[in-house]
Amino acid sequence: MNELDRRLLNDFQHGFPLSPTPYADMAHTLGATEAEVLAILARFKAEGTISRVGAVVRPNTVGVSTLAAITVPPAELERVAALVSGYTEVNHNYEREHQLNLWFVVTAPDTARLSQVLDEIACRSGYEVLPLPLLEDYHIDLGFDLRI
Amino acid sequence: MDLSLITPVPPTRPALDDADRRLLAAIQPGLPLVTRPYADIGTRIGLSEHEVIARLRRLGEAGVIRRLGVVVRHHEVGYGANAMVVWDVPDEQVRELGRCLAGFDFITLCYRRPRHLPQWRYNLYCMIHGKSREEVHAHLEWMVNRCGLQSLPHEVLFSRRRFKQRGAVYFAEPPSVGSAGEG
Repeated sequence: MNELDRRLLNDFQHGFPLSPTPYADMAHTLGATEAEVLAILARFKAEGTISRVGAVVRPNTVGVSTLAAITVPPAELERVAALVSGYTEVNHNYEREHQLNLWFVVTAPDTARLSQVLDEIACRSGYEVLPLPLLEDYHIDLGFDLRI
Repeated sequence: MDLSLITPVPPTRPALDDADRRLLAAIQPGLPLVTRPYADIGTRIGLSEHEVIARLRRLGEAGVIRRLGVVVRHHEVGYGANAMVVWDVPDEQVRELGRCLAGFDFITLCYRRPRHLPQWRYNLYCMIHGKSREEVHAHLEWMVNRCGLQSLPHEVLFSRRRFKQRGAVYFAEPPSVGSAGEG
């Protein structure tokens, strides 16, 4: 990864230009060409380094979401994880090192659908689902400084 | 399932109109990598480039959009260690401690969530990213000392396997979708 790559990743996690030609503006700031900036971003996206150039929306302002967790016996984990990931409404799904080992985030247009998805997962997996909705958010999201 | 605890962000949940919703849905998979991305999005949803930009600016000012920019996948850029740290904090201290934890630059999320007694006693969550487990532990020790958390019960839940990670889908949408979320 060269200096231009690093600056593109690190310096534009927030404050993306709201001008008609944002990539050209970024290129100007970086001393590069628009074509270079677009090519690098396309490569980052193809490689999975970035998920997108876009908006991070505050939870529960558009739609509703919740974190949820299930204690799944190791032998059952693959099955239950696949079942959970199968929902369009599930956007994150991780195994974590704890007895309460499967952690996922469900996002839906309204609480009725959110509740339905959680109930279905409980019913289909055969395990209790703990809903852990956000009550208060203390973090101001400016992205993540990759130089720390 | 009882989700009565889920409240829209109080007290000023911003009113979104149909055009805002169409716009947020249209940018969920990301802005197109073209010279005039806002014009491109506008063409798809029947708004002018100028109006797309004005609405995005307003949604940012209203706090609906927390940030607009490059959304990095930590694991892929060398931050392979990720731990969710959960704390059992007396209710009257949770806000103060949450704000303290949220101030460190290695913290990407810091939330209060409900306890689920008796199975789950924890009510304050933060996410720490590091290049190694050792680095995450060093960050944690630093936080504990700086915020005075030595006496509070906590657990560190490193991520082991990632089964799925992508942006949230807020609306039923044509084929390709994806965007932000609780993370």
